[in-house]
Amino acid sequence: MPARISRDDVAHVARLALLELTEDELERYTEQLGAVLDHATDVEALDLSDVEPLSHPLPVRNVFREDVPGEALDRQEVLGQAPAAEDGRFRVPAILGEEP
Amino acid sequence: MSGPTALELAAAVRSGQRTAREVVQASLDAIAARDGEIHAFNTVTVEQALAAADRIDATVAAGRDPGPLAGVPVALKDNLCTRGVATTCSSKILDGWQPPYDATVVTRLVEAGAVVVGKTNLDEFAMGSSTENSAFGPTRNPHDPTRVPGGSSGGSAAAVAAGFVPLSLGSDTGGSIRQPAALCGVVGVKPTYGRVSRYGLVAFASSLDQIGPFAATVADAAACYDAIAGWDRFDSTSIAEPLEPTTEALGRGVAGLRVGVVAEMTGEQMGIAPDVLARVRAAADALAAAGAVVDEVSVPAAVYGLSAYYLIAPAEASSNLARFDGVRFGLRVDAPTTAEMQRATRTAGFGPEVKRRIMLGTYALSAGYYDAYYGQALKVRRLILRDFDAAYERFDVLLSPTSPTTAFELGAKTADPMTMYLNDVCTIPSNLVGHPALSVPYGTGVDGLPVGVQVMGPALSEAMLFQVADVLEGSLA
Amino acid sequence: MTQTGSVADGWETVIGLEVHAELATETKLFSGARNHFGAEPNTNIDPVSLGLPGSLPVLNRKAVELAIRVGLALHCEVRPSIFARKNYFYPDMPKDFQISQYDQPIDLGGWLELPSGKRVGVTRAHLEEDTGKNTHVGGSGRIGGAEYSLIDYNRAGVPLLEIVSEPDIRSADEAKAYVEELRAILVAIGASDGKMEEGSLRVDCNVSVRRPGAPFGTRCEIKNVNSLRSLGRAIEYETRRQIDLIEAGERIRQETRHWDENAGRTTAGRSKENSEDYRYFPEPDLVPVVPDPAWIEEIRAALPVLPADRRHRLAAAAGLEHTDQPVIVAVERGLDRLALDAIAAKADPGRVLTHVEHNLAVDGAEQLAGNTLAALVALETGGKLTATQAKAVLAELVELARGGTQGDPAAVAAAKGFEAMQDSALDDAIAAAVAASPAEWERFKAGDAKERGKLTGFFVGQIMKATRGKADGKAVTAKLNALADG
Repeated sequence: MPARISRDDVAHVARLALLELTEDELERYTEQLGAVLDHATDVEALDLSDVEPLSHPLPVRNVFREDVPGEALDRQEVLGQAPAAEDGRFRVPAILGEEP
Repeated sequence: MSGPTALELAAAVRSGQRTAREVVQASLDAIAARDGEIHAFNTVTVEQALAAADRIDATVAAGRDPGPLAGVPVALKDNLCTRGVATTCSSKILDGWQPPYDATVVTRLVEAGAVVVGKTNLDEFAMGSSTENSAFGPTRNPHDPTRVPGGSSGGSAAAVAAGFVPLSLGSDTGGSIRQPAALCGVVGVKPTYGRVSRYGLVAFASSLDQIGPFAATVADAAACYDAIAGWDRFDSTSIAEPLEPTTEALGRGVAGLRVGVVAEMTGEQMGIAPDVLARVRAAADALAAAGAVVDEVSVPAAVYGLSAYYLIAPAEASSNLARFDGVRFGLRVDAPTTAEMQRATRTAGFGPEVKRRIMLGTYALSAGYYDAYYGQALKVRRLILRDFDAAYERFDVLLSPTSPTTAFELGAKTADPMTMYLNDVCTIPSNLVGHPALSVPYGTGVDGLPVGVQVMGPALSEAMLFQVADVLEGSLA
Repeated sequence: MTQTGSVADGWETVIGLEVHAELATETKLFSGARNHFGAEPNTNIDPVSLGLPGSLPVLNRKAVELAIRVGLALHCEVRPSIFARKNYFYPDMPKDFQISQYDQPIDLGGWLELPSGKRVGVTRAHLEEDTGKNTHVGGSGRIGGAEYSLIDYNRAGVPLLEIVSEPDIRSADEAKAYVEELRAILVAIGASDGKMEEGSLRVDCNVSVRRPGAPFGTRCEIKNVNSLRSLGRAIEYETRRQIDLIEAGERIRQETRHWDENAGRTTAGRSKENSEDYRYFPEPDLVPVVPDPAWIEEIRAALPVLPADRRHRLAAAAGLEHTDQPVIVAVERGLDRLALDAIAAKADPGRVLTHVEHNLAVDGAEQLAGNTLAALVALETGGKLTATQAKAVLAELVELARGGTQGDPAAVAAAKGFEAMQDSALDDAIAAAVAASPAEWERFKAGDAKERGKLTGFFVGQIMKATRGKADGKAVTAKLNALADG
């Protein structure tokens, strides 16, 4: 069973999720997430080693679409909703770092 | 608060007795008169609604079929995409966004002749049980405006309860249709997972989300369900099995039907209020009186539902909500680099509950914790499914409270997230296993506020659920 | 470039390749937006490929079929698979997660045979979606100094098959041969157009060095290798770099490195604090893919004969080894069918493969019929045409074939004035040449092989001049020798 979530853990997941937290928020969220995870200890404690995980409620498989073009979106309409656009493309500030 | 039903309105419009324009105008007038107080709506689409009503009237005048819901005003939860009409999820991060496409359910309602009059308030990204987590302020319960309407589809529930519209759509991930339906005294239905297309529903937790109707009557809810349900090629998880019109099941009665009252949801451990329990017992008695065989049933693993849910739903949400990053649509907070811009946008755009769940879900999926949290929760889901399957070998439908209490005061549960989460303890298990469930009003609690009874059934048993709800509704009259 | 990493200087390079192939579908992996290179920016988009809120993925059957084709062509087991979400933020990835097959890929455990005959193991091949494209504006136009970037999502959601090799490759040349062979297979089965220059085929390589027989060393992953030439250079550079580090007593750090084509070196990538935590989980919006065995067999039955099998087949027909150069070249050029047909029509295999290797590296050669080539070779082996004449006739035959007609080699030869020389006429020409140069002829008769070799050229030249090139050099040489010795 994992140790209780720490401030560092919360700071780490906030980084992963691209969220910025103030010191106060960090404190509060550590407490609140801890409370929810404490509630989940009942689930952690169960021995489920021989239970198959159920990631989907339905036993559906092999759902395909045919390789046929559908309707495209209008570029003007889409770019009109963008915070910034230029030259038929979405504009963003400088991208630092390499492609993952 | 009770005006004509959707089916009465549609019949009147179809026969030319009333025009769709009159019907829609009456709805818009009711909204204008009282929504300042209730705040059920984020957006009211007056002009589009009247134009759509005129098209229905033209169709009727031309002698063509205007559809089974002709002229019926409907409200849509504001997490359903509507082309050219703001879709906000009650979040600052989507403020002003106008989707370039319609959700499948919207298309189907329009094809059935319904007229969209607006988009309703919700807990931001459907995360909440009181509609207080809205960037645009809370919705109030029409039965008592000092109380919450429940959530997250509080706006859609209140819109029906206030008599603004006879029908509305919500989405239900852990009880977000059924709980506000109970608290607002209306019928709310969460269909079988995959029965209603999710295409165009802004996802909260993809494996749990389902769209469903709110209505003042069981028959209206069934008619709305019939209009929106069915296979959709744009949703891979959509079910292909043919649909039996559920409206035809109404009036069949419950003679011989085996009804199980879920022990785990009527005992003390779930914190169910005594007056709510009393109404569930009364409902069980009414069904027995109508010829059903009623007994108690145990679904042992259901007690783990809440824990599993609060690992699975945030995990999926943390991924689903990554795309709100200021690049393609919605809010952008400027910064010198893209990563800083994305961080600033998300920090300013999401409210506290959304951030809480994103972080919780990120944690549950992160390296080293996946097996203990997310992986374990998926196994619990299997356990719960086994227990329900066992219960359905002996029973046709199951009965429980929808919500542990009647509507609570605004602000009563906002301080402690865990207290708020406990509202969903009876509704969550159906989402985890993908089964259908509905809430039907069944009298009031000691405070005079509505109590809802939950009817659950195995996959694709919607017709039977409506049949049971129909009997309960009739037993109150 | 000196050969590095060879066993010769005591080190061995160990290479594993990850090849991303864009699949040749009409539409994207999860939606009906077009998969088409070179369109105007942001015109091949729909709610799904833009990752708009509310959009849902639906899997393209053709992409699955192509993935199965590749799996079968690479001798993989085609398995039930599921999609997962790989979560990380990057602006060219619309949903800020990538849908990819993670722990349950569709193709598992196969191999590919290089022209050298070596088998390289294929660990797995899995389906995933491509990203959009960023253009960096301002500054140097490179990512570091750009003022801002523009994003085109046309490529976002294009189906990719990532094909991962075992670390079985031991040199830059072998790596290039692997990619070329893989590309030939992908093109042959219609899975991809294989165009590296358009990004249809992209290669990442994992390189490490070791003393032969020692355990694997620490590997580095090299990205941004955009051509076969870059691949070779990058591997050679990286091998040298790692050997130098180790020989200097340092340790190799496991990292991702970037190939800089202009500088001719690899550079360490920026270390990303979050790069290791992708939070994979099963994609809840998609359902498992469990291909029906009947479908797999149907796809297998429709597969064309693959390059390696074609090499074996041609080698057997020509009496050569499948690793022999003319065989490899014939298959590489797609002319093995022509060669097989010609050989089946009783043409001399050696002459056929010589033409394929040396005289048919031209567009349209594959339109030549085997019978036509066989007829030409027959004229040659029958002494009716010289090698030079045959080459000229062949060029004409290819031109005709491209226009849709199979020419008659004899008629083409005649039209060119290459009418066959009668043996007697040739004998007359030889006699005349000998008579005209008695001194040279005496030296020829008395000379050893070396001397005769020198004078052969003189006499052949004389005879060619006299016959205006109609004589066959080989036949003349043979007759001169026979005359001198007889």
